Amino acid sequence: MTQHSNRRRVVVGAAVLASGALLASCAGAGGGAGGGGGEDGVTTLTLATVNNPQMVDMQELAPKFEAEHPDIKIKFVQMEENDLRDKVTADISTDGGQYDIMTIGSYEAPIWAANGWLADLTDYAGDADYDVDDLMPPVRDALTVDDSLYAVPFYAESSFLMYNKEILDEAGIEVSDRPTWDEVAEAARAVADDDTAGICLRGKPGWGEVFAPLTTVVNTFGGQWYDENWDAQVDGEGFTEAVQFYTDLVKDAGESDPVSYGFTECLNLFTQGDAAFWYDATSAAGSVESPELSDVAGKIGYAHAPVNKTDESGWLFAWNLAVPESSQNKDAAWEFMNWATSKEYIKLVGEELGWSRVPPGSRQSTYEIPEYQDEAGAFAGLTKDIMLAVDPAQPGVDPQPYVGIQYVTIPEFQDVGNQVSQQVADVFAGRSSVEDALAAGQKVAQDAGDAQK
Amino acid sequence: MAIADSTRLLVTAPDQGRRRKRTKIPLTPGERRNLRLARALLWPALIVAILITQVPFVVTIYYSFQTWNLQRPRDRGFAGLENYVDVLTNGAFFSSLWATVLIVGSSAVISLVVGMALAMLLDRKFFGRGLARTLLITPFLMMPAASALIWKWSMLDNDAGMVNWVLGLIGISPIAWNTSLPILTVIITLAWQYTPFMMLILLAGLQSQPQDVLEAASVDGAGPVRTFFSMTLPHLRQYVELAVLLGVILMLQVFDPVNIMTKGTGGTKTMAYLLYERAFIGSDIGEASAYGVLTVIVTIVVATIALRTLFKMLKVEGDLR
Repeated sequence: MTQHSNRRRVVVGAAVLASGALLASCAGAGGGAGGGGGEDGVTTLTLATVNNPQMVDMQELAPKFEAEHPDIKIKFVQMEENDLRDKVTADISTDGGQYDIMTIGSYEAPIWAANGWLADLTDYAGDADYDVDDLMPPVRDALTVDDSLYAVPFYAESSFLMYNKEILDEAGIEVSDRPTWDEVAEAARAVADDDTAGICLRGKPGWGEVFAPLTTVVNTFGGQWYDENWDAQVDGEGFTEAVQFYTDLVKDAGESDPVSYGFTECLNLFTQGDAAFWYDATSAAGSVESPELSDVAGKIGYAHAPVNKTDESGWLFAWNLAVPESSQNKDAAWEFMNWATSKEYIKLVGEELGWSRVPPGSRQSTYEIPEYQDEAGAFAGLTKDIMLAVDPAQPGVDPQPYVGIQYVTIPEFQDVGNQVSQQVADVFAGRSSVEDALAAGQKVAQDAGDAQK
Repeated sequence: MAIADSTRLLVTAPDQGRRRKRTKIPLTPGERRNLRLARALLWPALIVAILITQVPFVVTIYYSFQTWNLQRPRDRGFAGLENYVDVLTNGAFFSSLWATVLIVGSSAVISLVVGMALAMLLDRKFFGRGLARTLLITPFLMMPAASALIWKWSMLDNDAGMVNWVLGLIGISPIAWNTSLPILTVIITLAWQYTPFMMLILLAGLQSQPQDVLEAASVDGAGPVRTFFSMTLPHLRQYVELAVLLGVILMLQVFDPVNIMTKGTGGTKTMAYLLYERAFIGSDIGEASAYGVLTVIVTIVVATIALRTLFKMLKVEGDLR
């Protein structure tokens, strides 16, 4: 036994110990977060969701599901929309296995289904009790690839114009049921003063933040992201006119500090009575009309999304629940998804939390419930009409090579939309002109367009 | 045993450090065995540290040579230096580098000056000194995300923020901080959080001044201003450099204020945020890894230059050796 081999033994032993500890900790972390657990037959499902009011309600009511299904526990992970997208995309594309149920938008669903990342739900949904034909047709179409359903809608929305009747009556302004953008701009400029914003429009950078409403404005002004040959039209006439109109309106009559204002911030401003108009998602009406959450409940009027060259300009979006293909707990996950998107759940929310907080737009039967029509009558009928009237295949004046209203259904759009929205933020701040911003955006968009050809 | 022996070696052979030649220090067999044991006990910790820090780094370097976009999982392949060429030519890297330098440099200077002022104030005894010191340290203890949220909603909010309210009292109309002055917004948040850090280090420096020298200076007729500039500042030089070096290294990773408040617009896209954007929004792992590797290279270059300068200064300050 020489000194040399003694020393080598110590080193080897230490290395083995260290690697063992490292591997053990890695394995532990992977198993724990994997979401499946067979301890005492209780399966814990991890659900990633966005922190919108309807999802917060779902979390509040989850104990009822757990009481009916004692062998399933749900762990909610709530995040802001941008963060949710980032995490869920990173997880599913690398087979991370962190989440058993994911909340994904109508944008991701067809792309991921085509990549084979989502479990096929057609057989599960074919169950007669579930009544899959009750789902709103345009919403369901967005989730279907090759006649197979890959996600089920939790709630869906379009966009419309909300206005504070008190402020407008004082100024003697009337809003028609189908206004044009010029009418709305004039009215907003008339009522704007130091304390009240004429209109609240999103300005926060992000393809799903500012570009949701802004793309619909682009569509109705005759512009588009890409023409049929996948050539980017970001610096085209319609797009430029739309962005100029939008940014000018915000500068003259909109909220101050537009770059900070996304959906949540505008909701706060509007429900405190500090804005006369708000053009945003139909699903906001639930919070706007709820007396606990809003100071202006009962004082709001609703109109179709303002138009310019088209007949309709509402968007179409749904938050859906889906299961990754690699999940080990598909059956348990379907149990929960079934419960959360069923007619019974809608009645549960109505009875427990109030009919205006019911998740809208997912099922046609929701709009036939008498209590819902009573309490949500101001906006529910309009929501249903708009959702059935929008055309995701050609929302603008010219044809487009993809199906989607306020987004482009290509994977690169997240990046493209995000970068162009940062250029638009410079326009809000006065650091750049619309032409310069869109010229920079055109380059980014064209790269992505070339990748589709 | 081993420690006493090394002290013996230092005392009897003090010039070993200065000579660049590797002269062998004579060790007795007992000392050699002790030394070996000491090293062997360190191996587990060293191996874990190397694995945890180097394995991800090596994997990142590997990814930086691949084209891999998460949105297009089938198009994965070797790309050579293509990612690096893209990164260096697309303009975003250098503007982000400039943004980082601007934001971190300004925050460091501001927090140093304010920290110095606060340290001077805390240097004397007064009633409630302990409480004042604790309150002043608190910003540094907050999580960066929490402090960014507080600044966004309570302080710099356009309609309800306290800063705009105070400005209103003196007649200035409300400023849209996030939209019009995004760089200043981030600098304010960062400087607020790092001022206590600078203050603590400088306070230590101030309190380590030899009192008798200061008394001698006042006996000689030097007023407080002259004392400060001629005696205190030179003494504090080491501390200032240390504070700035550590502060800059910490601030280089600034991400929370940018993500929560400005989202990278208006020249606030620091390196950390750019990397996050490319990796998670652009879903381009190859490009983001290239950014990461370049960031590390830049940081190493900057840190090496700074450390060399710092140690040269330290040596000049009257080192024992």
